[in-house]
Amino acid sequence: MKKFSRYAPYIILLIMFIGHTVLYAQPQRFPRPEFEGGYTFPTHQFLYQRGPLWEYMDVAVLVIALLATAWMVIKKRSRQGLVWISVFSLAYFGFYRQGCICAIGSVQNLSLALFNETYAIPVSALLFFSIPLIAALLFGRVFCAGVCPLGAIQELTGFRQLRIPRQVEAVLSAIPFVYLGLAVLFAATESQFIICRYDPFVGFFRIDAPYTMVIFGSLLLIVGIFVNRPYCRYLCPYGVLQNIFSRFSVKHMTITPAECRNCRLCESGCPYDAILQSDPDAETERPARSWKESAIYLSVIPVIAIGLAVLLYNISPSLAVVNDNVKLAREIRLEKNEGIKAVSKNAVAFYESGKTEDELFAEEQKITGRFRKGAPWVGLFLGLSLGIGLFRLTARSVRKDYEPDRGRCYSCAKCMKFCPVKINN
Amino acid sequence: MDENKNNRESRRDFVKAAGRILLAAPVLALPVILAKRTDVKGFVWQIDPFKCTSCELCKSSCVMTPSAVKCMNAFPMCGYCDFCPGYLRQGAKTFNTAAENQLCPVGAIKRKFVEEPYFEYTIDEKLCDGCSKCVKGCYDFGNGSLYLQIMHNLCVNCNQCAIARVCPSDAISRVPAEDPYIRKEIKKL
Repeated sequence: MKKFSRYAPYIILLIMFIGHTVLYAQPQRFPRPEFEGGYTFPTHQFLYQRGPLWEYMDVAVLVIALLATAWMVIKKRSRQGLVWISVFSLAYFGFYRQGCICAIGSVQNLSLALFNETYAIPVSALLFFSIPLIAALLFGRVFCAGVCPLGAIQELTGFRQLRIPRQVEAVLSAIPFVYLGLAVLFAATESQFIICRYDPFVGFFRIDAPYTMVIFGSLLLIVGIFVNRPYCRYLCPYGVLQNIFSRFSVKHMTITPAECRNCRLCESGCPYDAILQSDPDAETERPARSWKESAIYLSVIPVIAIGLAVLLYNISPSLAVVNDNVKLAREIRLEKNEGIKAVSKNAVAFYESGKTEDELFAEEQKITGRFRKGAPWVGLFLGLSLGIGLFRLTARSVRKDYEPDRGRCYSCAKCMKFCPVKINN
Repeated sequence: MDENKNNRESRRDFVKAAGRILLAAPVLALPVILAKRTDVKGFVWQIDPFKCTSCELCKSSCVMTPSAVKCMNAFPMCGYCDFCPGYLRQGAKTFNTAAENQLCPVGAIKRKFVEEPYFEYTIDEKLCDGCSKCVKGCYDFGNGSLYLQIMHNLCVNCNQCAIARVCPSDAISRVPAEDPYIRKEIKKL
């Protein structure tokens, strides 16, 4: 008896092991056949993706294209050269690489990596995020000018120039800020990559996309014939970063190669309304009232920022619906409390998976909590951008030349041909 | 007047330089912050066949048409059955290989006689559209040797997989690019 008790644990372990293998092998309903005639399993070729080396090749192409664009715009001042670079970028990053990976989407990879322990960002994605920003800090928005495939496809199809009223432009150009804020929030909470999901032109690059996205992309291109670069101006979230970085650029494209003669010929030359007009008279104005206005707007900045942070905090549970698990948990809860049957594919798969409801609800709580934590920061960012934007309206700057607005100028070089000043070199 | 202007210019230069440093610093610091969370070799998307519930969304959600998801047969697990539940439709009046009895809507499963009573089933990947009807049949009534995988010669490796976004059982995840397939037979045996 004593002997038995000594071996009992091992016996139990053995029984459990046998039981486990039986359970584990349960789907093996039919025994493996014992072939007599020397049968061998057919071989299957497991094909790989393009190697990682090629991704670094993409990075190299990116750097070369950025430098070429900067050289073309700042040194050569050649619109024709820029068009050729755009054609190349569209062909390489667009049609050959089929739109992935792009700098616009890399914002989300970065956000996911920054706020999640489990995800490791590919080095190429990190480089695709940071290299164009550094380029913007050095040469202005050369990435938008000729390297971004989404910019290139719009640049090459913008034939006419229709000016948008200033007020409409101002309202519409607030959308990218919201888009960026939400994209970062959704990526950080592991919910969705909305920038990739609503990429309008990737369908053209792949000649394959959902019906709605083809319609959306075509509409943008058709609008873009008249109102140039609609995606860049009114949607692109990466453009927000490019805009901010470009304002502090070391070198930037200029309209005139030498000294500006204030001839006003370039005034109507910019399709993006990004030319700051020369206004030497401003210096003689009395600044007294303007100072007061500035002070009021300055004090409003924190109010707007905190207000939006509170607003976003309060609507964060509604935002959390974009997460699949939260959506599923709400569906299951509705079934439990109200008796409305959960019929979605996710619900069916949930019941099949054997996960318990408590686990699901705990996960929902976790994700909603992360939304609550992240959303106020997005609100703060939006409020600060809005506040600073309003404050800048009151700032007067005295200009004696026609200059490009460094934030909004895409360095497309269209204005150069309007300048009568020529230098021979 | 001139001095005033010079002052303004130098102030503007100072603000610009400060802004430049403020913006450049975080971008340049990113590789350092993320030093431990970067990956040199990259990721690709793959289906975990043990989580897959063969819901048929792989067929319609992929950005490629036809889908980059294809069915595979794990031969070491296959029973080589005559009445293959992945090959023959349930409720067929007669059990022969006529087209109306086949489960696969595109006729991608090829049946070959090996020896009595065994038949080998291979998938013609050119025809397969990843609808997973055979996977469900084989899982429900057979050995579960048929399973879905993302074929990396077809997959364009989207930043976020369109199928992963809708997959109801979270079966699709990023896997290391140097080991891009989750082969059922290897995990199982």
